[in-house]
Amino acid sequence: MASLWFWIVAAMLTAYVVLDGFDLGAGVIYLLAARTNDDRRRVLRAIGPVWDGNEVWLIAAGGTLYFAFPLLYASSFSGFYLPLMVVLWLLMLRAIGIEFRAHIENRVWQDFFDVVFSGSSILLAVFFGAALGNVVRGVPLDATGYFFEPLWTNFKLRSQIGILDWYTVLIGVLALVTLTAHGSYYVALKTDGDLGHRSRGIALLCWPLQFFLTCTALVASYFIRPRIMDNYVNHPIGLLVPIVVVTTLAIMLWANPKGKEKLAFLASSLYITSMLVGAAFAVYPVVLSARDHQYDLTIYNTAAASHGLSVGLAWWTLSAVLAVAYFVFVYRMFRGKVQLGEGHY
Amino acid sequence: MGNALLVHRLHFAFTITFHYLFPQLTMGLALLIVVLKTIALRRNDPVYHEAARFWGKIFAINFVMGVVTGIPMEFQFGTNWSHFSRFAGGVIGQTLAMEGMFAFFLESAFLGLFLFGEKRLSPKAHWWSAFAVFAGSWLSGYFIIATDAFMQYPVGYYKAADGNLQLGSFRAFVFNPWARWQYAHNMSGAAITGAFVMTAVGAFYLLSGKWTAHARIFVKTGVVAGCVFSILQIFPTGDRQGKMVTDLQPVTLAAMEGLFHSQTAAPIVLIGQPDEQEGRIDNPIQVPGVLSMLTYKRWNAHVRGLDAFPKQDWPDNVSLLYFSYHIMVGLGTLFVAIMVVAFLLLWRSILFHTRWMLWILMLSAPFPYIANTAGWMTAELGRQPWLVYGLMRTENGYSTLVSAGNGIFTLLGFMGMYTVLGILFLFLIWREVDHGPVAEHESLDSLHPMTAAR
Repeated sequence: MASLWFWIVAAMLTAYVVLDGFDLGAGVIYLLAARTNDDRRRVLRAIGPVWDGNEVWLIAAGGTLYFAFPLLYASSFSGFYLPLMVVLWLLMLRAIGIEFRAHIENRVWQDFFDVVFSGSSILLAVFFGAALGNVVRGVPLDATGYFFEPLWTNFKLRSQIGILDWYTVLIGVLALVTLTAHGSYYVALKTDGDLGHRSRGIALLCWPLQFFLTCTALVASYFIRPRIMDNYVNHPIGLLVPIVVVTTLAIMLWANPKGKEKLAFLASSLYITSMLVGAAFAVYPVVLSARDHQYDLTIYNTAAASHGLSVGLAWWTLSAVLAVAYFVFVYRMFRGKVQLGEGHY
Repeated sequence: MGNALLVHRLHFAFTITFHYLFPQLTMGLALLIVVLKTIALRRNDPVYHEAARFWGKIFAINFVMGVVTGIPMEFQFGTNWSHFSRFAGGVIGQTLAMEGMFAFFLESAFLGLFLFGEKRLSPKAHWWSAFAVFAGSWLSGYFIIATDAFMQYPVGYYKAADGNLQLGSFRAFVFNPWARWQYAHNMSGAAITGAFVMTAVGAFYLLSGKWTAHARIFVKTGVVAGCVFSILQIFPTGDRQGKMVTDLQPVTLAAMEGLFHSQTAAPIVLIGQPDEQEGRIDNPIQVPGVLSMLTYKRWNAHVRGLDAFPKQDWPDNVSLLYFSYHIMVGLGTLFVAIMVVAFLLLWRSILFHTRWMLWILMLSAPFPYIANTAGWMTAELGRQPWLVYGLMRTENGYSTLVSAGNGIFTLLGFMGMYTVLGILFLFLIWREVDHGPVAEHESLDSLHPMTAAR
């Protein structure tokens, strides 16, 4: 039961990164790709009706984590206190950047919110990557099951560690590049003209970086935590993950210059999914690894009791079906390239 | 240690208080917008359609504020109250997760359709999108109330071997008897905020002689809803909520009422300042016997005062609790008076010309916010010194590894952020009110293409 919930939470977080990832990525390339006011409005229209729903996956995943693994929620949220607060502030700034810009037709007002939106998107991408890096690298958990990390210490992995060190920053930059490409494919898919053209160009520039950083990150992860290979050795089915990663990278490289935006976007979504599934597969059943392995938090010592988990499965299944139905409905309503004209943004 | 506890309490209190300024209007307006859209659809009346669209724009700005200030709430259980989360997460995590899964997905999906989809959808489908937003926001309210109800009156749990709480009965937990009346009372309070705000904007337009056709709709809808809900707020919802506190948290009742000594024919204190040292009310204006009557339905019933309970179980801030409760009740009574008079004037068809009453209605808009805030302060200060009533004390629930310094750092961050957000919010709402439901002149159209297109 606990492993089922592990994969449910992992799937929800993946859904969050894939979905909110493209609107974060659109924010990253926003100032670069969208030069005119009309272009900027087009980008905002492409993400406007969906960004809030995408972000709900984060809240819902947090809530699900809370009830399925109370100790993990308590320990990780208090231990990652500072970066989470920074993430909260960035999420707030980003939301008002998107929503308040259109209210006043004034260049100064709009320039301000443009920078707020784009700046917070860039930082969020880095922070989310660094968070994943922390989970893989391990945190200074002790016997009580709690820890506290400062934002940074000396950027090294020795003695007292911080949220940001060379490894987690590396993963953060990988996340930034990945989401930049992901957002570029989405903007290219939803718009045409110069804006679509420039987005494709940015994605093309991202590709070699993404490829290089993916390889570096894999090597670095093995270097700092050799245990991550254990599950792959014991369950060779996991080797599908690197195959999918390489294939999707190849598809992105091929599809983007040919103008097949949809294929490139789907490949990018699958790439993100397989990278996250690969990480989850590698750490399972550990959910938060300790620097000292005897204090690892696993699905077994953090899960709620079985009655709660079984009851939860019943309503969760129902609500997940409903949520997917809403998403299909909304995305169908707003399908196709965005047009300017009447309406918000 | 005590210092960090205070910082974490202030952190949650500040962020939740600021947050709840927005959902109460969201929930109240969502209901009233459904009412406006229903009438618009039935009568096919363009003015009602314009009225619904105007409130949709106010709703959108308010909703964004509710979303951005709400995200930190879901996080803070873990960041600032990790021992509590570990202790109770196996139970209350259920309702918090359900809020995200059932309510937030529903709201966020249909809000976009409601705000941007009027042209793409049929009128009926657009009505349903408004209804879905309403249903999502009211459902969200229930999950939060059920979570709070567990903290006030824990049911449906069992204590596991490791000392933490686990879900025993889903039904008992989700349908906590405490939650029923608290939900009714809270939602009625939200509807009052919506009604007063809608009425106030209508009164402002009538007083300034602008958009009078729309303004009459606002005032009429607001006054009828305000009248119904301010009465429901006192009876039966407030009365039943009070009865529950009497039965299940008698020490809280004593502190709320400022009753320091147990007595028969206990008086109700209308005005006065609690003196905790001396154990009495200074400058009291009180009516004998009424508290006994309200709590036990007998004039000379014996009511237990604070002295009947060990001091360590008293709510730790008796004075603030006493004032919160008295402000809530005082304003609630005033709302009934205002709305009943307004309703009589409306019934006699003279309200729209009765300027003194329109002034009162316009200026009353902030008070439901104060009453709702005071109500929540009564509930949560009244729960002290417990975090989960009778099971975990507040001093044992916070994140001990998060130092007071880090807590103050982020508290100040939130204060700064929320000051900016609050200013932006008021500014943008004022602009919408100033623009009005429809463009007044052709020249305005070119300046505001959005307004014109709608």
